[in-house]
Amino acid sequence: MNGFSHENPYGDDKVFDACGLFGMMDVTGKAFSGHDVVKAISNMEERGNGLGSGYAVYGCYPDYADCYAFHVMFTDPAARAAVEERLKPDFLLVHDEEVPHKPIAGLYNAPLIRRYFLQVNEAAPDRHLYDEAEFIIAKVMAINIAGLGAYIYSSGKNLGVFKGVGFPDQIAEYFDVASYSGYLWTAHNRFPTNTPGWWGGAHPFGLLDWTVVHNGEISSYGANRRFLEMHGYHCTMTTDTEAMTYASDFLMRRHKLPVEVAVKVMAAPLWEEIARMPDEEQALYRTLRQVYSKLLFTGPFTIIVAREGEMIGLADRLRLRPLVAATAGDRLYISSEEASIRLINPALERVWTPVGGEPVIGRLKEEARSKTQDL
Amino acid sequence: MLTPEFRVERDRERCIACQVCVRQCANDVHVYDTDDDWVSSDEAACVGCHRCMTLCPTHALTIRRTPRDFRANANWSADRINGIYKQAETGGILLTGMGCDQPYPIYFDHLLLNASQVTNPSIDPLREPMELRTYIGRKPDRVEVTLGANGVELQTQIGPQLKLETPIMFSAMSYGSISYNACQSLARAAEASGILYNTGEGGLHPSLYQYGPYTIAQVASGRFGVHSEYLKTAAALEIKIGQGAKPGIGGHLPGEKVTAEISATRMIPEGTDALSPAPHHDIYSIEDLRQLIFALKEATDYQKPVGVKVAAVHHIVPIASGIARAGADYIAVDGLRGGTGAAPTVIRNNVGIPIELAIAAIDSRLREEGIRNQISLIAAGSIRNSGDVVKIIALGADAVYIGTAALVALGCHLCQKCYTGKCNWGIATQDPYLTKRLNPNLGYLRLNNLIRAWSMEIKEMLGGMGINAIESLRGNRDHLRGVGLNATELDALGVKVAGWA
Repeated sequence: MNGFSHENPYGDDKVFDACGLFGMMDVTGKAFSGHDVVKAISNMEERGNGLGSGYAVYGCYPDYADCYAFHVMFTDPAARAAVEERLKPDFLLVHDEEVPHKPIAGLYNAPLIRRYFLQVNEAAPDRHLYDEAEFIIAKVMAINIAGLGAYIYSSGKNLGVFKGVGFPDQIAEYFDVASYSGYLWTAHNRFPTNTPGWWGGAHPFGLLDWTVVHNGEISSYGANRRFLEMHGYHCTMTTDTEAMTYASDFLMRRHKLPVEVAVKVMAAPLWEEIARMPDEEQALYRTLRQVYSKLLFTGPFTIIVAREGEMIGLADRLRLRPLVAATAGDRLYISSEEASIRLINPALERVWTPVGGEPVIGRLKEEARSKTQDL
Repeated sequence: MLTPEFRVERDRERCIACQVCVRQCANDVHVYDTDDDWVSSDEAACVGCHRCMTLCPTHALTIRRTPRDFRANANWSADRINGIYKQAETGGILLTGMGCDQPYPIYFDHLLLNASQVTNPSIDPLREPMELRTYIGRKPDRVEVTLGANGVELQTQIGPQLKLETPIMFSAMSYGSISYNACQSLARAAEASGILYNTGEGGLHPSLYQYGPYTIAQVASGRFGVHSEYLKTAAALEIKIGQGAKPGIGGHLPGEKVTAEISATRMIPEGTDALSPAPHHDIYSIEDLRQLIFALKEATDYQKPVGVKVAAVHHIVPIASGIARAGADYIAVDGLRGGTGAAPTVIRNNVGIPIELAIAAIDSRLREEGIRNQISLIAAGSIRNSGDVVKIIALGADAVYIGTAALVALGCHLCQKCYTGKCNWGIATQDPYLTKRLNPNLGYLRLNNLIRAWSMEIKEMLGGMGINAIESLRGNRDHLRGVGLNATELDALGVKVAGWA
C-alpha cells in the first residue's frame, strides 16, 4: 500500500497544484504553429513555479498520420532495449527517433525521450482479444506498469506531447515547440507542491488520442481511481489527471456516451437541480448519477480534454478554479486567464466565463474532420 | 457465590421517599416500607440500567459497580470467574444482550480523516450544496443513450432502488425483541428522515403498514409473519442469514414475550416460543439462496430490491461475492460488535470479525472481480457516531445500519439485559407497564434528531475534505490514515499510515 514506484518516487497519490491551462483550436482543421500557444501559456507566469510545463499538438505528424506515435520517456536509458523488445511482437515499426531537443540552461534531469511511429501488427498473438483501441491501451499499460524505467506518455495518432520540468518557455525552447504545427493545441504551466523533478509528472497526460491538462486537486480521486482500476485502467502515475483521462476514455470511447452526457457524469448536476428538470431528463440524469457515481469528480478543477477533432473545457460544478473561453473566426480559445487570450489575439468576437459543470466544446467541422482523417 | 454487580448508594439527606425508584425498577431492587416511610434497596437484582438514578427527582441515587477485588489475575477476570459460578449453579448457556463488550481492537479508533488545507479549498456546507443522497440497489454496468430528435434519450432501465436522503438506516430489530412503541418510533423516524428502517424477523404489525415505503421487511429462517401482504407493503425485502452478535446460530423469543399482538403479527400461537432455526432449512448452499432471492422477486414482480444480511465471518469475502452473483441487490454485513436482543455470551464475544476489516476486504474483492457496481454494501455492527459512518463509507460501504445507536437515542443505557424482558426504558420488553414509558411521539423525534445531527456532521466532514457528494467518499481510502496499526492491518484496511502523503 505504500504507493511508491519508479514513476512516482514520492508516493504521492495525486498532484497538488495550481496551474495555468491554455487550449486553442482551429475548427476548420487548419494547422498553425505553436508560437502563439507558447506565448499565451508563458504569460501566465504566476500559475507555474518551473516544476512542470507541456504542450499537446494534434495534427503534427502528417507524414506518419496513420501511425501510433508512442512518446517514451526513459528514466533509465538501459530500459530502451527492453521496451523495444516488448514492442516488437505487437507492432510494426515505421520510424523511430530521439525527440529533437537542445540543451537549455536551467533544465535538469532531462530523461532520454524517443518517439516510435508504429502500426499494429495484425498477426500479434493476442491481437484478436481486443479491438484496436483496447489493444493499444493494453500494450501501453503493460509497459508502464512493468517497472522498466520507461514510460509511454503519449500514444495517439498524429499527436505529439512535449513536456518536462521547467517553465513553459524553457520547455518550448528545449523541444522547439514553435516549429510544430497542428489544428489543436493544449498547454500547461504547473505549480506543483510535490513530485518535483520528474519529467513524466508534467502535463499534458496522454492515452490513445486523449490528452488532458488539468488545474486542480480532485478530492474524489481515491473513489475514481478504484472504479477505473476495476475496469482495467492502471493509474501508474497515480495522479488525478491520469484518472480524468481514463474517465474520459471510459465514458466517451468505451461506453460511447456523447461528450455532452459524459461531462454530466464528471461534473454531475445537483440532485436538487435534477428535481427541477422535466421527467425524462430527470430519469436520464438520475440514472447517470446512480450508475456512474464513482466517476463524479469533486474538488476544484478545470480541465481541457482533447481528442482527435475535439477540445472540451470543463470546470467543477462549484467552479472553484478559473476557466475562460473565447472565439475569433474559426478559432476557439480556452484559458485560465483572459489576458493570455487577448495577448495573442486582441480582436476576439466573443469572450465568456462558462458556468461550473457546463462544458465548452470545440469540434472540427464535418468537412475538416474528414480531411484530417484522410491525412 | 455471586455478589451484587452494582451498589445502590442512596443519599439519605436527599431521599424524600417519593418511591419513583420503587415504581420504575422492574427488577424490584427498591422496596418501600410503609411503616417507616423508608426506601431501601436490594442490589442483588440491579442490572445497572440507571433508570432510577436518571428519574430520581432529588438526585439521591448513585449506581456504582461493586468493586469485587478477586486476587489480581490477568488471566482469570471477575467476569470469567462469575460466569463459572453461574453455570455451575444452573448448568445453562450464559445469555446476554447488545453487542460484544470485549476489548478487541476497534479499528474505527485507529483511523483518522483528512481535511483540505491551502491546495484545495474546503467547502462550507452552510453555503454550498452538500449531497448525501444515496441509492441502494443493483446498478447496470453502463448507461446507453441515443441521440434522437429530442436530444439525448435514455435507453437503459435501471432496477429498483432505495432512495436514502442520508446514508444511514435503522437496523433490523423485530417486534418482539423490542416493543411496539419502539417499532413505531423507528418507522416514523425513517419516514421523517427520508431513510428506511427494518422489521427484523418479527413480521409487521398492521398499524405500521402506512410506513411501508420506509420499511425493509426481513425474511428470516423462522419465516415469522411472512405473507404476501407483508412482502408487498415493504419497500425492500431482506433475507436474513446471520447476525453479527450470533453468527451461525438461530434465535429464541421466549413464550412469555409472545403476547396476543405478537402472536398475530408473527403468525404463531400465543405464549409459544418463537424459535428461528440456525440455517434457513431451504438454503443449504449458494444456489438455494439464489432461488429464494428470485422467489421473493417473483412474488413482488421485480419491483423491490432484495438484499441479504450476513454476519461478518472469516470467509465473508467469497460469501459476499457469491451473494452478488446470486442476484441480490444489496448485501448487509453485520460485524463482530453488532447488537442483539439475546445471544449466548460465548458466541457474542468470540465469533465473527470486525466490520471495518470485513467491509475493506469485501469492497476490494468485489472491485477485483469487477462486480462492485452490481451490489450495494451496507455496513452494520456498532456504528457509534457520524465519524464511524464516514470512515466505513470511505472503506467502501454504501450506507450503514444503526441498531444500538438508535436504541440509545430512545433511552437505552446498554445494561445488556434485553433478554430478560424487563427493560426499564420500555424498549426491549412487552410488559405494558414498561412499554408505555417509551412515547413514540417523542421517540421518533429523538431518532429524527439523531439522523439530522449525524447528517450535518457528515456534511461538515465531507466539506473539510473538499468533497460535496457522498459518492465521492465511497471507497475513497485516500482520505483515511491509520495510527497504531501494524503493516498487515494497514494492508488489510487498504490505508496508509498517518504521515505518509
